[in-house]
Amino acid sequence: MTAIVNQQAAVLPSRPAAEPVVVTGLGVAAPTGIGSASHWAATRSGVTGIGRITRFDPTRYPARLAGQIAGFDPAKHLPERLLPQTDRMTQLALMAADEALADAAVRPDELPSYSMGVVTASSSGGFEFGQNELRNLWSRGGKYVSAYQSFAWFYAVNSGQISIRHGMRGPSGVIVSDQAGGLDAVAQARRQIRKGTALVVSGGMDASICSWGWAAQLASGRLSTCDDPRRAYLPFDAAAAGQVSGEGGALLIMESLEHARARGAEVYGEIAGYASTFDPAPDSNGEPRLRQAAELALADAGVSPGEVDVVFADAAALPELDREEARVIREVFGPRGVPVTAPKTMTGRLNSGAAALDLATAFLALRHGAIPPTTNVRPAAEYDLDLVTTARPGPLRSALVLARGYGGFNSAMLIRTMHSETE
Amino acid sequence: MAANEFTIEDLTRILREGSGTAEGAPSVSAAGDTEFADLGYDSLALLETSGRIEREYGISLDEVALAEAITPRALVDLVNDHLATADSAA
Repeated sequence: MTAIVNQQAAVLPSRPAAEPVVVTGLGVAAPTGIGSASHWAATRSGVTGIGRITRFDPTRYPARLAGQIAGFDPAKHLPERLLPQTDRMTQLALMAADEALADAAVRPDELPSYSMGVVTASSSGGFEFGQNELRNLWSRGGKYVSAYQSFAWFYAVNSGQISIRHGMRGPSGVIVSDQAGGLDAVAQARRQIRKGTALVVSGGMDASICSWGWAAQLASGRLSTCDDPRRAYLPFDAAAAGQVSGEGGALLIMESLEHARARGAEVYGEIAGYASTFDPAPDSNGEPRLRQAAELALADAGVSPGEVDVVFADAAALPELDREEARVIREVFGPRGVPVTAPKTMTGRLNSGAAALDLATAFLALRHGAIPPTTNVRPAAEYDLDLVTTARPGPLRSALVLARGYGGFNSAMLIRTMHSETE
Repeated sequence: MAANEFTIEDLTRILREGSGTAEGAPSVSAAGDTEFADLGYDSLALLETSGRIEREYGISLDEVALAEAITPRALVDLVNDHLATADSAA
């Protein structure tokens, strides 16, 4: 599936005549807050959501910090019928979808069901649900495994449950490309809208902070073993030594500009450009291809590097990957040529939710006119980046979001306000 | 265990534990002849429910008969038939 996506991005980078696809609603569940308003307030102020893991006892694990969502009570947000059949990530996704639809003032029951779709990203599926049912299987026997395990773990389950709950029967699916997935899903939603679907719920939500999920995440070898939340995740810092993982993400309501205007919707901005590339095999001596993704996304949007107001970085916090991303940003924009930020320093990396949350944060930054900070980082001089370490107010018209997924995925998305068209 | 009668209250409890209660649906105990689908329970909810009944009561329900038990009362009767058979066999 991803290979097809990549080819499309490479072969068809630019469709200037296409109707703009816009975002009209945001729903957020993140370590920085439940709901886009509380998330933005914390993010703009540099309030971290990273701390010692409380969802299981991390004492005997090498990585003990995570970005966790506090105070989420699924019973307050969801019907009782859905509780026994959903993993935490799905409960968070359903809540965020409700918020996004309300934010967009969309009443799904008033729209034709085949005109609405759902495309989300996934990384691990419903890990905690699966862990509990595997425990039942091995400790008590097959008769004790929930019938709902049949789909509650599944990658596509967030798309499916949102689709069922809101009667959205149009084109739907799931994209699995790790941290790049949040952008890849939104790009697929844009394709479906350009092909005629009126409205798509898109984005990503992940939550696998359970002992089994943690064992899987540790296997990447990338998690920081530091116990100090202020020192554990330091992208573009000389002291960068690993990542902090987290749970959460964001969902977006997307529609054509024409559809949004016809119903009088307030528009956050446009998904103006996108591209994805795949790195060459590790033993091929080829260069990573993040730069091509960034350049193709700008070309797709028809904007020059000088027109980009801020870059939301992937921010791997591993020296080799930071060096590569910094090189790409310098080569595309020039040394210290564009403000760069990584608000994920406050949430950790949210897997398939990461880039979706970056998109939501970027739209909030455009609306509120401020670049949120990268926290705790002392920018290393060698990278020569204009890294934003305290919130920087000022009008913003466009943002480039970069995302890299484990295993060679690179994606870039250019978003911008619609002011030039409406003023 | 096998000597116990399976009541509609038992079924209500097991449905709720395994699959929750649908918003706005009539209570199962007051709607014994209403089809499960109209009470907000799909086939997967019934699979979960039959699994829970089987392990709690130590019986094995006939799949064909189970598929035909589309109301709470029919399912209660089916379970009691199995319990009686298990009783007489014991």
